[in-house]
Amino acid sequence: MLHIVNKSATERNSLESALRMVTKGSAVLLIEDAVYAATQGSVAAAKIQSAMADVQIYALGPDLDARGMSSRVLDGVKVVDYSGFVDLVTEHNSCQSWL
Amino acid sequence: MSDMMDDMEEGGEGVVKKFMFVNRKAPHGTIYALEGLEVVLISAAFDQDVSMVFVDDGVYELIKGVNTKGIEVKDFSKTYRALEGYDIEKLYVEKASMDARGLTQDDLIVDVTVLDSAEMANLMAEQDVVISY
Repeated sequence: MLHIVNKSATERNSLESALRMVTKGSAVLLIEDAVYAATQGSVAAAKIQSAMADVQIYALGPDLDARGMSSRVLDGVKVVDYSGFVDLVTEHNSCQSWL
Repeated sequence: MSDMMDDMEEGGEGVVKKFMFVNRKAPHGTIYALEGLEVVLISAAFDQDVSMVFVDDGVYELIKGVNTKGIEVKDFSKTYRALEGYDIEKLYVEKASMDARGLTQDDLIVDVTVLDSAEMANLMAEQDVVISY
């Protein structure tokens, strides 16, 4: 399962809910305002770091760039571009968008 | 609001009110940040006493080093630097909001005054009009 989150973790609870429902081997892709969670010093960083024990976390590069956050990405989070986004969708049996 | 219009139409020397624009949303994910900025620029034409404050995810609006090419939207972060030219010079950021996001003043594209939450509350309380996005 690929979990896609697009809301800021400091405004909505989508990321929190998604991370509560992930199973080992799943992946979480952060896009749009959700990318802030994968940056150093954010209050959501600890949640991302503990989730990385079981799941791979990805963040969409163009969304990080547009928010001035590219240089602050947490270690262990993989940055993907749009074709990487497509690859993730095709690699997983199903997707869940936590709108 | 109609009182304010009357004052302005009558002699040009309208009553100056204290307006505060509260920005609480990250840029790009929603339209609030950009629309809020447009309203502030419009308000500059009315010669009012305008303050802009940035709290919660609103502090992300002021981050340096933005490149929006990849998502094909307008980069309006530089517009905050133009506010000075419109005599909008009172920019305030809440310290707790910056701390929660691992940000410091060095990460911001404009000079701001950093306030603690109590100072921000007092500033908010002394306004005539508060408009929040």
